[in-house]
Amino acid sequence: MPKRTDIKKILLLGSGPIVIGQACEFDYSGTQACKALKEEGYEIVLVNSNPATIMTDPEFSDHTYIEPLTPEFVEKIIEKERPDAILPTLGGQTALNLAMKLYESGVLQKYNVKMLGANYEVIKKAEDRECFKEAILKIGLDVPRSGFAHSFEEARGVAQEIGFPVIVRPSFTLGGTGGGIVHDMEELERIASLGLESSMIHEVLIEESIEGWKEYELEVMRDNKDNVVIVCSIENLDPMGVHTGDSITVAPAQTLTDREYQNMRDASIAIIREIGVETGGSNIQFAVNPLDGRMVVIEMNPRVSRSSALASKATGFPIAKFAAKLAVGYSLDEIRNDITRETPASFEPAIDYCVVKAPRFTFEKFPEAKDILGVQMKSVGETMAIGRTFKEALQKALRGLEIGHTGLDNKLDYTNIPDEKVRQRLEEPNASRIFYVKYALQKGWSMEEIARLSKIDVWFIAHIAQIWDFEKELIRCREQGPLFPAELLRKAKEYGFSDAQLGKIMDIPETQVRSLRKKEGIVATFKLVDTCAAEFEAYTPYFYSTYESEDEAILQIQKISSGKKRIMILGGGPNRIGQGIEFDYCCVHASFALKALGYETIMVNSNPETVSTDYDISDRLYFEPLTFEDVMNIVDVEKPDGVIVQFGGQTPLNLAHRLHEAGVPIIGTSVASIELAENREKFAGLVQSLKLTQPANGSARSVEEAVKIARQIGYPVLARPSYVLGGRAMKIVYDEESLLKFIDEAKEVSGGHPILIDKFIDDAIELDVDAISDGKETFVAGIMEHIENAGIHSGDSACVLPPSTIGEALIEQIKETACKLAKAINVVGLMNIQFAVKGRTLYVLEVNPRASRTVPFVSKATGIPLAKIAAQVMVGEPLSKYRLSYKLVEQLKHVSVKESVLPFSRFSGVDIVLGPEMKSTGEVMGIGATIGEAFAKSQISANQKLPREGQIFLSVRDEDKREIVSIAKRLERLGFSFVSTRGTARTLRGHGIAVREVGRYDQGQGEGLNLMTLLKKGEIALIVNTPSGEDSQYDMRSIRAAAILHNIPCITTIQGAREAVNGMEACKDKELTVQSLQEYYSLGGHVSCAVS
Amino acid sequence: MAKAILYLEDGTAFEGQAISSDGESAGEIVFNTAMTGYQEILTDPSYAGQIVVMTYPLIGNYGINNEDVESDHIYVKGFVVKEFCRHHSNYRATKSLIDYLQENKILAIEGVDTRALTRHLRVRGAMKGIISTADFDSKSLARKLAALPSMEGSDWVKEVTTSKKYVWNDVPKRDTRYEIRDTKYRVAAIDCGMKRNILRILESLGCAVHVFPADATVKDINAIHPDGLFISNGPGDPAAVTSVIETVRQCVGKLPIFGICLGHQILGLALGGKTYKLKFGHHGANHPVKDLLGNRIGITSQNHGFCVDIASLSPSDVEMVDMNLNDKTLEGMRHKRFPVLSFQHHPEAAPGPRDAQYLFKYFIEMMQRHQDTRSQSHP
Repeated sequence: MPKRTDIKKILLLGSGPIVIGQACEFDYSGTQACKALKEEGYEIVLVNSNPATIMTDPEFSDHTYIEPLTPEFVEKIIEKERPDAILPTLGGQTALNLAMKLYESGVLQKYNVKMLGANYEVIKKAEDRECFKEAILKIGLDVPRSGFAHSFEEARGVAQEIGFPVIVRPSFTLGGTGGGIVHDMEELERIASLGLESSMIHEVLIEESIEGWKEYELEVMRDNKDNVVIVCSIENLDPMGVHTGDSITVAPAQTLTDREYQNMRDASIAIIREIGVETGGSNIQFAVNPLDGRMVVIEMNPRVSRSSALASKATGFPIAKFAAKLAVGYSLDEIRNDITRETPASFEPAIDYCVVKAPRFTFEKFPEAKDILGVQMKSVGETMAIGRTFKEALQKALRGLEIGHTGLDNKLDYTNIPDEKVRQRLEEPNASRIFYVKYALQKGWSMEEIARLSKIDVWFIAHIAQIWDFEKELIRCREQGPLFPAELLRKAKEYGFSDAQLGKIMDIPETQVRSLRKKEGIVATFKLVDTCAAEFEAYTPYFYSTYESEDEAILQIQKISSGKKRIMILGGGPNRIGQGIEFDYCCVHASFALKALGYETIMVNSNPETVSTDYDISDRLYFEPLTFEDVMNIVDVEKPDGVIVQFGGQTPLNLAHRLHEAGVPIIGTSVASIELAENREKFAGLVQSLKLTQPANGSARSVEEAVKIARQIGYPVLARPSYVLGGRAMKIVYDEESLLKFIDEAKEVSGGHPILIDKFIDDAIELDVDAISDGKETFVAGIMEHIENAGIHSGDSACVLPPSTIGEALIEQIKETACKLAKAINVVGLMNIQFAVKGRTLYVLEVNPRASRTVPFVSKATGIPLAKIAAQVMVGEPLSKYRLSYKLVEQLKHVSVKESVLPFSRFSGVDIVLGPEMKSTGEVMGIGATIGEAFAKSQISANQKLPREGQIFLSVRDEDKREIVSIAKRLERLGFSFVSTRGTARTLRGHGIAVREVGRYDQGQGEGLNLMTLLKKGEIALIVNTPSGEDSQYDMRSIRAAAILHNIPCITTIQGAREAVNGMEACKDKELTVQSLQEYYSLGGHVSCAVS
Repeated sequence: MAKAILYLEDGTAFEGQAISSDGESAGEIVFNTAMTGYQEILTDPSYAGQIVVMTYPLIGNYGINNEDVESDHIYVKGFVVKEFCRHHSNYRATKSLIDYLQENKILAIEGVDTRALTRHLRVRGAMKGIISTADFDSKSLARKLAALPSMEGSDWVKEVTTSKKYVWNDVPKRDTRYEIRDTKYRVAAIDCGMKRNILRILESLGCAVHVFPADATVKDINAIHPDGLFISNGPGDPAAVTSVIETVRQCVGKLPIFGICLGHQILGLALGGKTYKLKFGHHGANHPVKDLLGNRIGITSQNHGFCVDIASLSPSDVEMVDMNLNDKTLEGMRHKRFPVLSFQHHPEAAPGPRDAQYLFKYFIEMMQRHQDTRSQSHP
């Protein structure tokens, strides 16, 4: 069937900010959808609140709305744009839930907007657990025994009937928020209440525990002619009980016979038909009892998902792109497979390698939270590795995680770990369990015992045992010599051992392993990911390394030999807090911009969620870990004319020095310049010579030195290890005792690098500046004023562009300073500077000669594609060519606010107070005519919905008491009433503001006057609580935790409160309106900055 | 583990290690892209005379069980993989794949760059190959290969067909997937190397299947008064199986006939058409075909090196009913006047997707109509 002609304009919903459970995989799928639909000539209206996405680049759709993903705002967009159809299945759970609400409220019907892919009934049938279960039983398939509960009493009844342990799963949530495994009544009370709370429809499923069963996922696609194909099967190493996003997973499924696999395949096809997903991709999860093969259906996502992104990258089959084409009427046999060009999309990929995905956790950011895994997802990113064997792929994945492991290595000495600890780490799923499997093997435990404790299938354990057995062979060899027979070295590489790992085992430097290897001709060979196991010729260049006899990359490079210059772009690896989608955005832009200039671009990355690892972004894609060894292997084959390290975040930057030493041509800012900016002492010298001001500082290599420096510059000081991103382990320290404690804790993080100590400037305004320089000229593209004061990590702070409170003279000074610094450091490419302003002094806090997290935000706010221009400048284009000037920014008629999104609801027991260590996972952008409007939108997008009425709890530290008075007065005018703790209440009353004084939950002022009770009853609409000293903080922690639980907006800085009032006033005065980026840019008289 | 060499007709050699028996074994070398189903592949008689290369690199993961066999023997001449599993895991497994191969003295090697080998076969086409753990001399290996008859023109059916007629009865190895119905149809099946799952499915559809050796005559077949004739899959060049072609030719128009794979090719020849050798064949579990009658796409299991040339058949007699979507080759045909239907792919799957299993019901319908007309004409 040809494409539909009854629809012309399609509304596409994005997934909003990066949160745990919903990351950049939906930018990947959304971007693919935009491209696919545009190709077909449809007019596209896109809504997403996340500015760091490629899909919100104005060239990817006709009308790009960076607006809140709420029914109210999307209705406004529908009213304005009048789309014919909405495609809700490519923007994760957010888009799906949003489309459901728009249908339920009648908006879609009112404006006659058709739902593509899956309609309301289908989504309901798949998402509503009761409907789903009924459907599954109807087609003769099995499900775990279960019952629904809408209250705690019901939950108790169901649990008693099934018997503990049971699993609590809230209906309609994302990433399993609020669920958990429950072993007794006490746990049930806690987890069931949480679940009921987080469910959109106040419902939980209580289910027979199938913890420890084998877990599988199938990615299914269906077209409107009822053709169905299975794209990929995935088997989880971590069995049932661990969220699939937190599991190590393998593709294809390994331990199913063909008969069992076909049973699962048949079941998937029957399910997608019964549920009725009309077109597109779905993901279906199964559990299999390892003892008797009983197969039960767990759940289905009637949309593309994180797993479908993984399946796309694992097979080369672009699920989202095809889903978009199917949605507009094509059938699978009408779509060509891009990779083979000859064959249609109606086939099932055959793969001839093994894929391992490993989750990246960030428990180190939340020391109060335990690294225990369960049914609620906690990982913030993932890495994928491809190898010819499971052993190779597993080791590549583990080194690709960038968590200090060189493979399945021995970070700990197993002889020092008590047996009891090993047993516990095996039994209780956790972030480092895979390493404990190895420690247990090293202790001589049997595979069966390890399998019994961990419930990990013995197939996986046996492979790990092979790795350890082989390592023992290496150790014997080291002890007896000769050092490294070629045969052993080759086998080690085939088993996935990295040079660094082998160096440690053999007690020789990594570089020696490498030279030994090259001498013996043991070099990485690259194989193609081609969807068909080499049955057909493949045209799309997507490679992975392995140790085999034939190298297909070399063959392909020879065949193409375009004569174009080659630029290699190093990506950022797995997402983590501090390094995420923003850097991938920059890498993708670099590739686009350089291709446009006639270069051949080569992308290197290991993150399956990203746009950069889509095979049609760059001329060649290498899906590889970002380590020195793996990058050098590619360099050896590609011999690039230039390598870009400044776009992928700290990961490639950390490799810069070694790559440079190895003779790799790093383009843009030189390695020496990077070091000048990153080395504190050298940088201090530079600042001095330029007559700029820096907070007093020093760097310490010993405890004594640190104490001396801190005394010299005076407390409070900001202490941190050097060479880290996202303020890892950064802390404001008020006295010597805390300093010593900090140094002790920071040892592991700093990895031998010195500790940096800065004078902390209290109550200063912080500014972020992004600029581009070609070494001669510098263009300051964005000056962002932080809403929170200095001391809160710039990644967590909200900021506004253009700056709201600083004057022209200061802006001039900032621009001049930026130019001076760029010139002195000799920046070629992007540069980010952080400034603090106190009184009349402009302090330079730090300079990062690389792409910053704010590059996409500034690009979206100004319409100037910073990363593209920077990439072109790095290959020698003069900056003057682009005719840029800060006037472009000054002419803007709109204000943009960036707000961060925090993952606190995922980590119970963690306080939500912000500090110098970054904790946010993502960001949103609000755009409006005034800062109030923009801020209000940003808060709505960040799910901190500012109330329009009700009671506000105010409790601030002494320093903020003066300002809270004016804030309260403005709030009073908006019609709010107040409750406060004693001190704040006294201040407010003193200024004639009516306030109700309450105690905290433990002070027993009686029912009704207890804050916790008010919170639970939903009588508090907003919390403003600025924490003071440690003690008081501790008191308020449970209040803030309760706020998170009950989804009550909670503001923890006085500046945040001030902007919130601005926002609330903006909402009160007039209805917030929507406008597309294209409209904003043309209003600003801004001619979209063309980059050729 | 003994060092082994895989030497190809065109002089290319791959090194590996033998994991089972020692010695030497030669045959036509083909690659299979199925990711599961090695037990079914090993026991499929259609692989007689062939060395099979698995493109999926990890083989043996779920061991060997008692049920997933397609015959009583391993028919492959050799088995080439990247890595054999040393510790399988599956609740149904009774032994490891390596033990199974050793017991059956199948020469199997690992450590081969199977992707490079597959690419080579794709580019150069199917060819003969020899695995050896004793002889590493290329000249000598080349001589041995030269002496090996080519697949084209070879009748392999006589090597694999049943020695005597029997009635299928799977009671001792009851397969729980298929429920047994009352017998309604009597099927005469010519065994050219029949896969057991065909028998299981026919049985579950109410057929009593009388399995005949390939040299059965029309008289032998008619003696059981069948409702339909089935011609099975099998190895080798269909054109070489002249006696079966002749038998089938005589039955066309007299009995409903259903053919699968080699049986389909034999039917094509019996109807006056020609077959030709594909460059490297179709061996896998992911081939999309289009049922042109039902206008639906199925993912099918395939295993064939030869193909019927639809253009060689009279369009007034035979029409294409099923087409391969990858290379547009013939996947199914039917006679326009007689109840004759056949498929190149494997509707019985095992291994592979079961999308096309519904095609068996056409055979049942043909037999039902045949029964109906017979009872009308002989009331």
